[in-house]
Amino acid sequence: MEQLLGDYTFRTVALGTAILGAISGALGAFAVLRRQSLLGDAVSHAALPGVGLAFIITGSKAPLILMVGAGLAGWLATVVVLVITTTTRIKYDGALGFVLSVFFGIGLVLLTFIQKYPDASQAGLDSFLFGQAAALVKQDVITIAVLGGLALVVLVLYWKEFKLLSFDPEFASSLVLPVRRLDLGLTTLLVVAIVIGLQTVGVVLMSAMIIAPAAAARQWTDNLGVMVLISMAIGAFSGVGGALLSTTTSNLPTGPTIVLCASGIVLISVIIAPRRGLVWEKIRRTLQSRRLRSEAILLDLFELARKHESFEHPHMEAALLVMHPDASTLRRQLRSLHSKGLISVHSTGGWALTQEGANTCKELMAKRMR
Amino acid sequence: MANAIEVRDLTVAYRESPVLWDIDLDVPSGALMAIVGPNGAGKTTLIQTILSLIKPAAGQIRVLGQSYRSVASSVGYVPQRGSVDWDFPTSAMDVVMMGLYGRLGWIRRPGRNERMEAMAALDQVGMAELALRQISQLSGGQQQRVFLARALVQDARIYLMDEPLQGVDATTERTIIELLRTLQSLGKTVMVVHHDLQTVSSYFDEVLLLNVRRIASGPVSEVFTEANLRLTYGGRVAIIKDAT
Repeated sequence: MEQLLGDYTFRTVALGTAILGAISGALGAFAVLRRQSLLGDAVSHAALPGVGLAFIITGSKAPLILMVGAGLAGWLATVVVLVITTTTRIKYDGALGFVLSVFFGIGLVLLTFIQKYPDASQAGLDSFLFGQAAALVKQDVITIAVLGGLALVVLVLYWKEFKLLSFDPEFASSLVLPVRRLDLGLTTLLVVAIVIGLQTVGVVLMSAMIIAPAAAARQWTDNLGVMVLISMAIGAFSGVGGALLSTTTSNLPTGPTIVLCASGIVLISVIIAPRRGLVWEKIRRTLQSRRLRSEAILLDLFELARKHESFEHPHMEAALLVMHPDASTLRRQLRSLHSKGLISVHSTGGWALTQEGANTCKELMAKRMR
Repeated sequence: MANAIEVRDLTVAYRESPVLWDIDLDVPSGALMAIVGPNGAGKTTLIQTILSLIKPAAGQIRVLGQSYRSVASSVGYVPQRGSVDWDFPTSAMDVVMMGLYGRLGWIRRPGRNERMEAMAALDQVGMAELALRQISQLSGGQQQRVFLARALVQDARIYLMDEPLQGVDATTERTIIELLRTLQSLGKTVMVVHHDLQTVSSYFDEVLLLNVRRIASGPVSEVFTEANLRLTYGGRVAIIKDAT
């Protein structure tokens, strides 16, 4: 492990995946909040023909050139989706599915065509399908860092506009903010975030890097800024974790490993995050239903006692059992009410309300009347 | 300035069928006007067209005698509560500060002054204590008041509100009505899409009866008549007979 961290190649790979994880985490947060997760998927698939065309035209595999090709194709895809939804009656999801499959199909055809090139210059292009982090070199990392850094700077500069756009675009428009241009800008940043991860994670799974860190981060906070930071951290962590696992284990593809890391964090977050997590939800429900059940028993005792001269008139468990057939639950609830001092045990073995219990009943009934 | 808003020959259409047809409307400066009409009458569309959110097929709108773009900072907007995702990770205070984004200009962040203004607006709608609450943890009425506070910080001359009383609790309704009166006493013009015909006479002094066409508009005492309501709602008007 220590040896690995000292290893220059590994450090390069880890740095690259960390940066791209952080960037896709940041832009992914906005995509998820704007319900554009599927757009990310369409863009990443649609970027593939751009990679192929860039290579065919230039004959170069320089990261920047391939990324520009991928970016243009991905960006074109979003424009096509927009044109389809505004000029035809095809709905957004239909347009996304259509664009995704058509562009991806063209991309596969181009890659197959390139495979048949006589020399070996095309080697490695197919890594764009499933990703190949081990091949990251210093030049790739620099490209990722510069493009991603630019995207982050723009995101921070126009933070409040992007926030308003994501929350309430109609209101933004009433302030005469250029909503369409802002929308285009934010989508372009998303395209950048996707494109810089393509070579490492692959077009097939890149959308997970957009969605997963953001979805996990949302579980932990109610503040947009904090959510973006957590999302970046999760993205970076998954990137490094995935790269580490896939470099130390042979035959483990990088992209899927990174995505599995991120998905694991999502799973944990969905289950245990305070307030929004499933465990928390379950505890809250159980407590609530327990409270409601014991309130019902208390009110029943109150009703029964009303037929007598005093609220302290005791009733046997059997009488309550008619209304609450589960004997063991009933007994547990009675004990709990007793320990709270709301009911008392009569010498005959029956249960009766205490003064405090009667007061609680009156409060409850007043609350329910409202 | 006699009229805050003037609408001339306005027609708006989605695809083939018109949603608003040949509307002429004068909203006097300082009016507190209700817009009423059945579902699909074009009430929201009218407000959104005034705000330039929707492009009309024909006609003109003058706001304070000018185009909307040039007086946008003098117009406050309260959209329907259901138009946004209330699970968005942000606080009540943050949403209110969004009303100041237009004035702040590009790149500048809201600071201490903006927070204080937002706090004052929240206080005005009785929400000061919940300023830092995440917005999904607010009740419907409280969310509505947050939207109102966001419009208040805009310190506008004209307010357009889309169903601010829809589904709110009694406390919120009282707060909002008091607020509308305060705005009117400050000389502001307020247009409110309203659905409860029973309360039109007691809450508002002007009314627009709308059903694709403008059926009638003017002082409530003059135009809020059974005959006009029948024209607006067709036969389904029995329930409000004694409201007039």
